[in-house]
Amino acid sequence: MIDEKFDAIVVGAGMAGNAAALTMAKNGMKVLQLERGEYSGSKNVQGAILYADMLEKLIPDFREDAPLERNLVEQRFWMMDDHSHTGLHYRSDDFNEERPNRYTIIRAQFDKWFSQKVREAGATVLCETTVTELVRDTSGGVVGVRTDRRDGEIHADVVVLAEGVNGLLGARAGLRERPNPAHVALAVKEMHFLPRETIEARFNLKGDEGAVIEAAGTITRGMTGMAFVYTNKECISLGIGCLIADFESAAETPYGLLERFKRHTSVAPLIEGSEVKEYSAHLIPEGGYKAIPQLYGKGWVVVGDAAQFNNAIHREGSNLAMTSGRIAAEAILKLRSQKRPMTAENLALYRRMLNESFVMKDLKKYKDMPALMHTQSQNFFLTYPQLFSKAMQGFLRIDGTPKVEKEKLALKSFVTARSRRGLFSDAFRFVRAWR
Amino acid sequence: MSNEPPVRVQDKLFYNRYRVDTGRAHIKVRPHGTPSPQLLSLLKACPARCYELNDQGQVEVTIDGCMECGTCRIICEENGDIEWSYPRGGYGVLFKFG
Repeated sequence: MIDEKFDAIVVGAGMAGNAAALTMAKNGMKVLQLERGEYSGSKNVQGAILYADMLEKLIPDFREDAPLERNLVEQRFWMMDDHSHTGLHYRSDDFNEERPNRYTIIRAQFDKWFSQKVREAGATVLCETTVTELVRDTSGGVVGVRTDRRDGEIHADVVVLAEGVNGLLGARAGLRERPNPAHVALAVKEMHFLPRETIEARFNLKGDEGAVIEAAGTITRGMTGMAFVYTNKECISLGIGCLIADFESAAETPYGLLERFKRHTSVAPLIEGSEVKEYSAHLIPEGGYKAIPQLYGKGWVVVGDAAQFNNAIHREGSNLAMTSGRIAAEAILKLRSQKRPMTAENLALYRRMLNESFVMKDLKKYKDMPALMHTQSQNFFLTYPQLFSKAMQGFLRIDGTPKVEKEKLALKSFVTARSRRGLFSDAFRFVRAWR
Repeated sequence: MSNEPPVRVQDKLFYNRYRVDTGRAHIKVRPHGTPSPQLLSLLKACPARCYELNDQGQVEVTIDGCMECGTCRIICEENGDIEWSYPRGGYGVLFKFG
């Protein structure tokens, strides 16, 4: 193994690494994939929602044997204050289609399946192997890796860094900076097990139908963050995350937030009587377009979370990971077919191909959103949710107050809290960042 | 912190699977007299509560329950308060569900 040379080494076996390794291996490249976990998936954490379209591009018939949990027919968005939530729910029977668009998955199980497909495509997958260092040539180009398992070096024409949001290799080698605390969130999650009929009754589901809740508001105590409740077949994934920059200065703990979210009157009945079987924590890239690092260089490319590919507004990450891994592989395959070397100049093709995809187009669209959410977190995650709750309650509580007065009171509470100018400016900035 | 519900993180970590690499801590705190504000923030920010104050008011780390999220690395690696590496291959947290 030590003296063997590979066409490509993929570091990491998450969504991006698996997509890259699969695409290269099935097109005849000699691929080595290295994973530090006991098995592919053992270090990976996600909510998790799988977007079918991006997986179909890699494994068209994945529905035949992939471990899928529930087909999502309902999405709920909740704006929460301490005792209430204002919801926007969308449910449609159209989602009960022949080839459903979104599923919940459990990552450890899904990643094992995905890894099997990578092996079947012909890649060599080596687990329990931590890559400790990149091997560089005299010009700084990457020519291979060193691991903690084997003496010596393993060489390849190109190294695909799919090392995740907390990837050390690229940062240590100076290929990109360590993420800054305002550009990554810490999320904690628990797996709550319940009989499947209980889950189906509580969420109004039949068979393999699923529902997910994305929630924001005072549950994060004015910090930039979100919570979620996802239905799987026999368990509910429930979690909450906030920017690390906020945790650094706040008096809150991640598990304290999680506990308060679980005890919220809108959430507690959904998980009542459940058995918790895992508590996990993971980082989420939240910096968006402006936090994307250099994506390629001589002998290397970076894909997935390691490259900050996450659409925080739409809660999409794994599909950007899969797509960036696939596109990096396709760029490498194209260079090989043209017999062009893996220089920085040639690998710029990866960035150009990515620019043409939804990955870059979506991230670019929301390029100003992360900064707005972070600098205005008190307003967006504390003040407005409280005001909305008050306004909704005023609207619904029938107490003899004339409606004209109620509307005036509601409007006044917004103006008092944020001033006319503040309201206008918040709306203006939000719309501008959204466009 | 006033209305913080009581939470025992140790109980949560008990659900998890770990393979601890005894004697090879993957996180080290730099010896210090008085901890920096960043280092102190880890007492609350670490989701596994790996960081504790000792009797001398210094921050210590016990990595057995670490979920390898990297929060402490993001906050404290740059100023040199801590050193962060991955555990050896196959060691550390092993998520059953993820």
